[in-house]
Amino acid sequence: MKRSGAILLFVLVLAIIGPWLSPHDYLSTNFDDMLRSPGLSGLHLFGTDDLGRDLFVRTMLGIRVTLLVAVVASLVSLVIGVTYGAVAGYVGGRVDAVMMRFVDTLYALPFIFFVILLMVAFERNFLLIFVAIGAINWLDMARIVRGQTLSLREREFVNAARLTGVSTARIIFRHIAPNLLGIVVVYVTLTIPQAILVESFLSFLGLGVQEPQTSLGALVDAGVNQMEGASWMLLIPAAVLALILMSFNFLGDAMRDFFDVRQTP
Amino acid sequence: MLLRLLGAIPTLLLVIVLAFLMVHAAPGGPFDDERVLPTDVAANIQAAYHLDEPLPQQFTRYMAGLLRGDLGPSYRYRDYTVSELIGSGFPISLQLGALAMALALLVGISSGTVAALKQGSMLDRVVMSLAMTGISIPVFVVAPVLVLLLAVKLQWLPAGWSGESGFAKFVLPVITLALPQIAYIARLTRASMIDVLGCDFIRTARSQGLGSKAIIRVHALKPAMLPVLSYMGPAIAAILTGTVVVEEVFGIPGLGQFFVRGALNRDYTLVLGIVIFYAALIISLNLVVDILYGFIDPRVKQR
Amino acid sequence: MSLLEVNDLTVQYGNHAVVDTVSFTVDRGESVGIVGESGSGKTQTALSLLGLLPRNAKMTGSVRFDGEELLNRGENHLDGFRAQRIGIIFQSPMQALNPYLRIGKQLRQILLQHKIATGNDADAKVIQMLDRVGLPDPERQFLAFPHELSGGMRQRVMIASALICAPDLLIADEPTTALDVTVQAQILDLLEELRDDMALLLITHDLGIVAGRCERLLVFQAGKLVEAGATVAVFASPRNEHTKRLLAAALRADRGEVLAPADAKTVLGVEGATVSYRDSHNARLQAVVGVDLSLREAETLAIVGESGSGKSSLVRAILGLIPMQGGRVVYAGEPLEGPVELRAAAQRRDLQLVFQDPVSALNPQMRVQTIVGEPLLVHESTMTAESRKDEVITMLQKVGLDESYLRSYPHQLSGGQAQRVAIARALILKPKILICDEAVAAIDSAVREQILDLLRMAQHESGLSIIFISHDLAVVRSISHRVAVMYLGRLVEVANSENLFALPRHPYTKALLDASPVPDPLVAPVAALLKGEIPSSVSPPSGCVFHPRCQYAENICSERRPELRQIGGARVACHRAEEIDLSS
Repeated sequence: MKRSGAILLFVLVLAIIGPWLSPHDYLSTNFDDMLRSPGLSGLHLFGTDDLGRDLFVRTMLGIRVTLLVAVVASLVSLVIGVTYGAVAGYVGGRVDAVMMRFVDTLYALPFIFFVILLMVAFERNFLLIFVAIGAINWLDMARIVRGQTLSLREREFVNAARLTGVSTARIIFRHIAPNLLGIVVVYVTLTIPQAILVESFLSFLGLGVQEPQTSLGALVDAGVNQMEGASWMLLIPAAVLALILMSFNFLGDAMRDFFDVRQTP
Repeated sequence: MLLRLLGAIPTLLLVIVLAFLMVHAAPGGPFDDERVLPTDVAANIQAAYHLDEPLPQQFTRYMAGLLRGDLGPSYRYRDYTVSELIGSGFPISLQLGALAMALALLVGISSGTVAALKQGSMLDRVVMSLAMTGISIPVFVVAPVLVLLLAVKLQWLPAGWSGESGFAKFVLPVITLALPQIAYIARLTRASMIDVLGCDFIRTARSQGLGSKAIIRVHALKPAMLPVLSYMGPAIAAILTGTVVVEEVFGIPGLGQFFVRGALNRDYTLVLGIVIFYAALIISLNLVVDILYGFIDPRVKQR
Repeated sequence: MSLLEVNDLTVQYGNHAVVDTVSFTVDRGESVGIVGESGSGKTQTALSLLGLLPRNAKMTGSVRFDGEELLNRGENHLDGFRAQRIGIIFQSPMQALNPYLRIGKQLRQILLQHKIATGNDADAKVIQMLDRVGLPDPERQFLAFPHELSGGMRQRVMIASALICAPDLLIADEPTTALDVTVQAQILDLLEELRDDMALLLITHDLGIVAGRCERLLVFQAGKLVEAGATVAVFASPRNEHTKRLLAAALRADRGEVLAPADAKTVLGVEGATVSYRDSHNARLQAVVGVDLSLREAETLAIVGESGSGKSSLVRAILGLIPMQGGRVVYAGEPLEGPVELRAAAQRRDLQLVFQDPVSALNPQMRVQTIVGEPLLVHESTMTAESRKDEVITMLQKVGLDESYLRSYPHQLSGGQAQRVAIARALILKPKILICDEAVAAIDSAVREQILDLLRMAQHESGLSIIFISHDLAVVRSISHRVAVMYLGRLVEVANSENLFALPRHPYTKALLDASPVPDPLVAPVAALLKGEIPSSVSPPSGCVFHPRCQYAENICSERRPELRQIGGARVACHRAEEIDLSS
């Protein structure tokens, strides 16, 4: 767990300060210097792309954008998911049954189709990417939170609080919410890679972040086009993407195991 | 049972309405990309496709056609109706998807089971690391990399589709499509099997002297498969999504490719048709999964 | 040569030994009991005999069965002994049976595996076995799933599965702990009946069971065997300190201490209480029907009954945690009604509840100080944080926990400590009425005594009235002034504690008393006369709900519902109360 945390931190730091390490910026094109393979000449650590732009800086930028989109989108799905799940779980009964049926049906639909439609419909608005991704990912969070809320509601300490005279508001905030925190954190960590995947996929299709901004997915897309001649354009962003995803997944897994032990008495 | 079927219909309707709205909400029309036409000709074309009517009317017209089984003509591929296009693209996507699903289940369940039985061993760790890698690398990364390696550099397998004959052309696309699902299913099977093997009734079975083969076959397998079965719904959806990428990368003329083209071309009817078709397909497959689940878990009450 | 010889058996996890150099023998046909508190290593020992412990358990020593070594042998070798030579039944039958398979299939697999029978022959043998263990309609049960059976029936199925190959030794690990006391008696009788010349190794925490059913007894403490001998001898003159303590706790509870009669002033009155709700199948369940009770100041009223009796539902309805469909409750002259959230603060602070499961009753994310202090926060808003903390410390000291526990989290506490925290929380507002819902059921006997002492002391000091719910009559006897017996949601008898135990007036009360194991090896256990199990609350029997199981039932009993009436010093709901003689 510590290792993946460390890797992520490293990547994050790199993304923030990286561009300053290189004399190049992410958009100046240099047609004399196109498709240079990685090396130290001209200080193009990762080489250049087909427009002569430095790949290192662009990759760093890509990391920033990818992470930004992923985190914001995850927060969006967190807010929607937790609220939906907590309400369904606490109110229970018919309301819960209906709400969960809705989630179940949505779960199976290929949301990605809708997202693509949305993206095409609204002309690649950057803000909309967040909304779209958040809209796909909230289902998992809602399910988990609802399950946890349901079991918490049955715990006697909630009844004890009711008996003592604790107000409903205090019950929700002081008693139920802290017990949800653990599981929410775990699942946010796991939602982020999903969000990254969605964003990358969209960029790959050309529907995501627009030029000259770039994300890891867009870089991969560009790399595919240059695959045969300049393989580094594909491999480097792909490797970075995979690394980030793996780290988040490992981190989330480890956290889930950690919290499991705490919860079971 | 009947209730579940009835419950599925509103979902489908919801999908149709949403899709319809989104498609028509997009700025621009299906004919904007083409050469600029004189206004009266453009107006005539709009009228011919009923695009000048108010939205609700267009919707009713569409629904009526839908009930007749007519999904309308494609705006882009003028000589074909949407139904024909779906008819030509679907069998290919179906083949890909079915093969990928079968592969995923086969490899996923067996590797997950083996990993669970040898929990903690080197084999277990290797399998799980591979699985982790599988879910961390997106399909659209794996596909081109595999093509680069196996088709271009090593020349073992064909890189494209059209013009190729025989089974070889299926190999790369199917594997690419199946990889993330193999990983998910392996992880899921392993976790589920470990859970089941830790249950008290397995200890009872051991105490009855049943031996590990019989224990797994008779007692553990059914309950361990439940989470995998539940996952089938999302898995199918994921594979459908994956076909979009795979078809792009390998140039396969399947439904996924049609969809993306249609979206980019504002080919309303095509896009709508595909979305509705897929949604109906997934909803019915989910019903089947639900029913199967009820057969395995006797505690699920049939209301 | 003994059937089973255990020598220097040690079971370790990492560096921690849960079983420490234990040696004992079991002879053919003998019944041996293993007693001890939770964590004493009894179950670990039992499981190690058949090699059923998890992989990370390290075992040393020797376990010889009929001359052959069993310890640390491979699965294949052990499989030759399991079921065929040694059978084992576990504590909780719902967990121990595979919920996804039909009963018949699970049992026939044993026969198939050991090549004893196949096909229809195997089916026939299974049905025969199901019949032998007393399952009604065995052909139907063959096709049933575990969740369709009651707890008692499931345990019978477990016994069937353990005995179907006629082993020489049966290990029974807390076989009746999860069952109602009348069902427990049936199951223990069944084991005795089926035993023939099979040896029995019975593991339990209940000295009463051991006294009645085991010829020899082994006492475990913290992984060590501290005393062994013939049951009669050990009970008469125990040599080990721990054994003496266990016996003292058991006997004290059984003998009961006669307490001073309470004040006459009534504090709480319940009239015609009725509680019902819909279960998962949407059927209406009558949990409580027409119950009248009163509680006096400084009095302890016990409510006893088995599962389905409605005791928990009754008190939760009184407290407003669940709705009451009929009847009224009066507290201090004022009606007590509506959901707890809407009640007056004064009413809420005066009635408190201690739950059965202390772990579930404490918020795992809160420290002890916050937990115990929260009631003050709600009701005494004028107190400063300092004075609150002082009050909490005082309260903790009263329950026997010192200041160092203030910053602890619930998962760091033992069961007994957690329950004390729960009691501290309940008592900190100085309530007038404390309801204990099976508050000591999950606690070991030594600690249990301390908690009961605590309650008695609180009552003595402040005139606290207590409603004590329990299924354990021994505990009830030692703490209550009056006892109310409930069956299927109805009151069947209410009497002074002394009178009830000396002379029960209702057949059900008598059955409960008879079924409770007596920790005296010289007293033979009473054969369970009560057949069958508690019927469902959805469609209760007509007339007197107890009549299908009552040996004194006559026509009138199935026609008319008996009212509670005064007979001698008790109120009894039985048509034949004057006629039948229940003195034992």
